Amino acid sequence: MKELRLMKGNEAIAEAAIRAGADGYFGYPITPQSEVIEYLMAQKPHERTGMVVLQAESEVAAINMVYGGACCGKKVMTSSSSPGISLKQEGISYIAGAELPCLVVNVVRGGPGLGTIQPAQSDYFQSTKGGGHGDYRLLVLAPASVQEMFDFVKIGFDLAFKYRNPTMILSDGAIGQMMEKVELSEQIPRRTNEEVVKTCPWATTGKTPNRERNIITSLDLDSANQEKRVLRLRDKYKKMQEDEVRFEKIKCDDAEYLLVAYGSSARICQKTIEIARKKGIKVGLLRPITLFPFPSKQINEMAKQVKGILSVEMSLGQMVEDVKLAVCGKVKVEHFGRCGGIIPAPEEILEALQKQIIGG
Amino acid sequence: MAELDIVKEENLVYKKTKLLTKKQLSYCPGCGHGVVHRMVMEVVDELGIQSETIGIAPVGCSVLAYEFMDIDMQQAAHGRAPALATAIKRLMPEKYVFTYQGDGDLAAIGTAETIHSCNRGENFLIIFINNGIYGMTGGQMAPTTLPGMKTSTSPYGRDVKLMGNPLKITEIVAQLPGTYYVTRQSVHTPANVRKTKKAILKSFEYQKQQKGTCLVEIVSNCNSGWKMTPLQSNKWLEENMLPFYPLGDLKVPKE
Ligand SMILES: Cc1ncc(C[n+]2csc(CCOP(=O)(O)OP(=O)(O)O)c2C)c(N)n1
Ligand code: SF4
Repeated sequence: MKELRLMKGNEAIAEAAIRAGADGYFGYPITPQSEVIEYLMAQKPHERTGMVVLQAESEVAAINMVYGGACCGKKVMTSSSSPGISLKQEGISYIAGAELPCLVVNVVRGGPGLGTIQPAQSDYFQSTKGGGHGDYRLLVLAPASVQEMFDFVKIGFDLAFKYRNPTMILSDGAIGQMMEKVELSEQIPRRTNEEVVKTCPWATTGKTPNRERNIITSLDLDSANQEKRVLRLRDKYKKMQEDEVRFEKIKCDDAEYLLVAYGSSARICQKTIEIARKKGIKVGLLRPITLFPFPSKQINEMAKQVKGILSVEMSLGQMVEDVKLAVCGKVKVEHFGRCGGIIPAPEEILEALQKQIIGG
Repeated sequence: MAELDIVKEENLVYKKTKLLTKKQLSYCPGCGHGVVHRMVMEVVDELGIQSETIGIAPVGCSVLAYEFMDIDMQQAAHGRAPALATAIKRLMPEKYVFTYQGDGDLAAIGTAETIHSCNRGENFLIIFINNGIYGMTGGQMAPTTLPGMKTSTSPYGRDVKLMGNPLKITEIVAQLPGTYYVTRQSVHTPANVRKTKKAILKSFEYQKQQKGTCLVEIVSNCNSGWKMTPLQSNKWLEENMLPFYPLGDLKVPKE
């Protein structure tokens, strides 16, 4: 029987982590995502599944705890919001460099700096273009509902282990805080130490006589080796671009104009489409679900069909750069966004479409 | 008797430790790091816990510690080793976990991670090499640099009015309820080497009892950074470092 529950987005992340068989959560409170650790602490997952939950002394410590756990082949995660994610970038770069799986959740708020606790999408660059130092990428999933907050945790862990690469769930304060009906999936048992040793032969679980010692490092002082390492990462990212692009198309079949938006913005754009179509303007929406790898091919395809594209974001315009790259000059691409924690209204998106694309 | 006749298996009192790899150490000749590596691996070997031990290498001269120790190891970001160790030990409490850190790593950039893991009483061992200087980056001032001591960033000697006081982090950590055994040792004479080894051995044994954090500070030399010969540096250590960082136990378990 289906198990349905009314939950906040942040709570859905936490419940999903327990049910995905996570071994450890390490975090530090920050609005608007503190419910993740609060829910976990209240649920006593140690009693439910043996999952370890620890409130670290800082985001820096939390992500390095994730690093230590990931080295051991464990399913580990952290969550935070923008300023906290900035602090985690050192660790995320190390985890990517050492090729380890882990899940990082960013429930974005407006910035830069201490900014505001209201929702925003202004961490797009930071999430999809590296964020920390060095040549690396994250797998980035952008949920647009509380159900997806729940579902993407398991998908995120699976992708992280498949590629031995950190996965990020890039959400925002609106989805983190809103309540919706969620269909819960069944509890996946946590892997035993023996299963970890079998499935992650690279993990530092203690050198046994029948194998070489396992060393996890991102250091290679020999430039030739370091280049090989970085090229290996590049190949991995290419593979992701071939195999892991996820997106959703809404009302695209007959569309003459296209909106591109993810997460909260995509939800609002759906209302815009309704209003527009009532007025006889044929608008469709392409919603990237993976922000890296980005659905460039699919957007390029749509560019052949439509007269113009508007990238709608809760930022000054970050994803629009990727949309433009995908479109490659075929049709006009413009950006519309609100920032500072303001969520755009469906009507103002339509107004922008009419002014910047249809009329312009 | 020719020298080769003496160097026979049965005459050797001191052999290469089984758990040190064949890789040539990257430390300057005369540096304390090599001696401490040997101590740690001897203890792991004697306790027969190679397959249950996970070590964490720092950033600093010992960044490549994993090249020399024949156990599973992880390399941490500068100062973050205790955070990694916290997670490993929480996720695999049955393993033996140790961090190996210099003073820059542990007492500067990693102060928060050090204090908080000790305060939580995480059940692992911190091996803390205090040579009063940043070795790897070319001899800059460390939190542990002595007053008046010359380094590349205190070229006229550490002026405590301008540069602050040396940080006795081990004394701080010993005050925290989470630590179980805190001691300060050195490796500049054979007798001190033996005492240090005993301290490391005890710490591994205590770890089994899950009573809290153990920290072994080892006052060591950096002959290159101090711009001395190995012999001079050990003499300087005894005359200058030890009065400021007196050897002995700072916290012992109440048996
Ligand atoms: C985030 C960061 N900051 C600075 C450095 C540069 N760095 C490398 S080693 C080191 C000092 C290490 O000194 P210490 O821990 O005392 O070890 P030693 O080399 O003396 O053994 C510094 C500052 C770095 N690698 N990472
Ligand atoms: S620089 Fe100093 S600490 Fe580093 S290996 Fe040489 S003597 Fe040892």
